[in-house]
Amino acid sequence: MATFEQGAAIPELKVTPDRFLPVRYAGASGDFNPIHTDKEYATMVGLPSTILHGLWSMAQVARAVTDAAGGPANIESLEVQFRGMGFPEKEITVSGTVREAGEVATLDVVAEQDGKQIIRNAVATVKNG
Amino acid sequence: MPVNTSAIGKTFAPGTYAVGREKVKEFANAVGETNPLHLDHEAARAAGYDDVVAPPMFAVVFISQTMTPTLFDPEVGMNFAMMVHGGQKFTWARPIVAGEEITTHVSVKDITEKDGKGFYVYETISKDESGETVVTGEWTFLVRGV
Repeated sequence: MATFEQGAAIPELKVTPDRFLPVRYAGASGDFNPIHTDKEYATMVGLPSTILHGLWSMAQVARAVTDAAGGPANIESLEVQFRGMGFPEKEITVSGTVREAGEVATLDVVAEQDGKQIIRNAVATVKNG
Repeated sequence: MPVNTSAIGKTFAPGTYAVGREKVKEFANAVGETNPLHLDHEAARAAGYDDVVAPPMFAVVFISQTMTPTLFDPEVGMNFAMMVHGGQKFTWARPIVAGEEITTHVSVKDITEKDGKGFYVYETISKDESGETVVTGEWTFLVRGV
């Protein structure tokens, strides 16, 4: 378990999903929506290209939070809003700050790519001690 | 056209998922986990777990198997071509370990309309073999042009 103080930042997580990451995540998660894996299909439905799975991006936020909290047993909840689109082959930065630090700490977290938030208003609660 | 709210409160048949070691490792690798608890069963055992620990977001895997077919329920009536995943919340009671069986219950919590968009909120409650809740999920799907 980690100790959180109000106003402190959690360590930034940076990750660049490779071109075939959405294929691996589709297989791992069971979400085979072709907007994530088939460029022709994605552009046919009006997207600029294939896009990342929102839940994969949420998993990056979860990873930043559990790493900061000292492991998977210490995360209690995570709530996110999906905004914009994330793309393969571009770096994503997950950053967060501690809003409240009691027995449970509340963290405000965002994930950004190219200066745009792809996960915003993420709120995590973690054990604090 | 207003959204049809008659499916609010609807529940679906629960489904059970057996959490497997290699599936946990596959998922952990796909989301970039580096914590050996998720990747190495010896490390997990040394830390006091029976087997590899599922990353928190592995909930997606065991819930989706039961929930995804319910998204196509005709009474709910979501227009998939115009649907995006708008928001997600999970609450975890404890980590889940390979070898467990998790049963997920799915219901339609709310259907509302705002500014020409339909908001469809599903609730999932996932329980372990002793009937204890291990994960609850709130899934918000947004349908444009309702």
